[in-house]
Amino acid sequence: MSPLFSAHNLTLIRGERCLFRELDFALDAGELLLLEGRNGSGKTSLLKAIVGLLELETGEFRWQGAPVSAQRQAFLADLVWLAHRTGLKPDLTPVENLSFESALRAFRSQDIDAALERLGVLRLRKLPLRSLSAGQQRRVALARLLLAQASIWLMDEPFTNLDSEGRTLLGDIVTEHLESGGLCIMAAHQEVPVDAPTRRVTL
Amino acid sequence: MWTFFHKMASPPHFFRVAKTLIPWLAIPGYALLAYGVFAGLFLAPADYQQKDAFRIIYVHVPAAYLSMMAYMIMAIAGGIGLIWRMKLAHAVAASAAPIGVTFTFLALATGSIWGRPMWGTWWEWGDPRLMSELILLFLYIGYIALRSAIDDTAKADKASAVLALVGAINVPIIHFSVEWWSSLHQGPTLVREGGPAMDPAMLYPLLAMIFGSSLVFGSMLLRRIRAEVLRRERRTRWVKELVLSPGGRR
Amino acid sequence: MSQQSTQIPGLLAGLLGTLRRDLLLAWKRPGDVLNPLFFFTMVCTLFPVAIGPSVEQLAFAAPGVLWVAALLATLLSLNSLFLADHEDGSIEQLLASPQPLVVLTLGKTTAHWLTSGLPLVVLSPLIALAFRLPPGTIWVMMTTLALGTISLSLLGSVGAALTVGLHRGTALLSLLILPLAMPVLIFGTRTVSLAAAGDAYSMGLFALAAYAVGALSLAPFATAAALRISNE
Repeated sequence: MSPLFSAHNLTLIRGERCLFRELDFALDAGELLLLEGRNGSGKTSLLKAIVGLLELETGEFRWQGAPVSAQRQAFLADLVWLAHRTGLKPDLTPVENLSFESALRAFRSQDIDAALERLGVLRLRKLPLRSLSAGQQRRVALARLLLAQASIWLMDEPFTNLDSEGRTLLGDIVTEHLESGGLCIMAAHQEVPVDAPTRRVTL
Repeated sequence: MWTFFHKMASPPHFFRVAKTLIPWLAIPGYALLAYGVFAGLFLAPADYQQKDAFRIIYVHVPAAYLSMMAYMIMAIAGGIGLIWRMKLAHAVAASAAPIGVTFTFLALATGSIWGRPMWGTWWEWGDPRLMSELILLFLYIGYIALRSAIDDTAKADKASAVLALVGAINVPIIHFSVEWWSSLHQGPTLVREGGPAMDPAMLYPLLAMIFGSSLVFGSMLLRRIRAEVLRRERRTRWVKELVLSPGGRR
Repeated sequence: MSQQSTQIPGLLAGLLGTLRRDLLLAWKRPGDVLNPLFFFTMVCTLFPVAIGPSVEQLAFAAPGVLWVAALLATLLSLNSLFLADHEDGSIEQLLASPQPLVVLTLGKTTAHWLTSGLPLVVLSPLIALAFRLPPGTIWVMMTTLALGTISLSLLGSVGAALTVGLHRGTALLSLLILPLAMPVLIFGTRTVSLAAAGDAYSMGLFALAAYAVGALSLAPFATAAALRISNE
């Protein structure tokens, strides 16, 4: 049986530099893929290429046995992209920011408070995001993962700015997601507190 | 047809074909230009209204025609590059822009010089063709500025292709709006060139100039594309082999 | 994860959601809406100061002054159309959404027109009266401004998407958009001038409307393509 998500013969060139050449990997439900490598090795670029923000020189991604390019919309509908920049508006409150997501994808807007509660930022729900600390803002961004009904989580250094309690919390959230049959691709330059089958790709 | 198209899109193949093609365009082109200049200046009779001043059309008309032509080539090549991801097409667009802007400038300069004896002024705001040409110059400037503002070549190619396409859709609208604008001024317009009333002794040199400069334009474009292809493909093996091969950079 | 869990919201929800968010942002930062309006008013005030207070001259120059000021004010506001989204990463979220990008950018452009073009239209009668434009032609001017600013917002969003994230983006944006905006400027000013002189002007209105319809059907696609390219 073919894996749920796989990459074949990926080559990515940015400007003059070839970030990776003929890269392959595969991932099944419940598995975590860790992208490792030093700064500038192309971890973020690979994530962006999965989302479709960057064009590959060669190669393709496959999802549920078919090329992603042939089913881009369905693929994106089942994906959350947690980028380095949170994509949240500093002038809006956490609730306003998260409510907007329901315009973009399947989203459980009614559970926003519960998600904020779990991430420990419920009491900040009415404050503009700019008055929150970087770690608190990151927690609000993580609430998107809980609320979006997507099975693929793409995360670029998600542990940035989180305190040790936050790190454990995110580890638990990712573990739960994987246990329920989701999959997760994460760029990380350190060990992550996730208790699940893990594959690694070093760039 | 498709295999031909495909083969031409391969940079090394194009590089070779363009080299053999250039003299076939350049030699007849310059010959026609030589005839056109001589006949236009000495053989064609002076216009009965404009006297010898009319002879500037032998430069002005081809320049104006090629300025439009280059923009269209730029837009179409950009579109092909965007849709079919053909890298050579982007090289064509990038090479056409500097030639196009030169011809636009030439058309504006000659139009302005022509205006001096015609209307007694170096710049006649009421003339729709001069205005269209000026806006075309602005479009070229925007295109070149955008291209040079983006460091990444692939990104610059695509972004400027979008701009060229938007511009190309606007060019006829700009022309129409400027016509409408100037028709309300009732300002002077240039005597229509060409047309059946033109004396053959005047017309043939003009045709020679138009065809000749188109051919020369083609050869200049091919030359530029060759250089552009070399620059873009400088990391590839075929360019390295070409440079290191006996006989140098042929 | 089953298929029914990946129901995506409709296109209208995407359009209205983006529109609502941008209007909410404008509401929270009124300066971004008001500054171009003040700029518009100030540019209009510069002309009487510069060319003298002669009433006939002012009335003659009024359509041109109003239109040039509106064009510049629109350019000023266009600069921020995608800039904040680019900086905080929300553009990437739009690109990574299953919604067609065209729909989302159309929502943003609509919000831009509602917060920049529409206020100009509403403010313009005041300026027109101060410039002694015949009162009967004021609604003509408002119509041209309404249709024209729709085109400018759409056209400008292409330029804003092309230049977002570039170093000298602001100056470049003007360089790209001003020549493209020429037909709008010509149709707009001539229509008002013709109306003020008592001539037939409907042709200009039709041309402006046609341009707006054309821009509405083509520009969002160019904007979406440009945004994708800018975010590579």
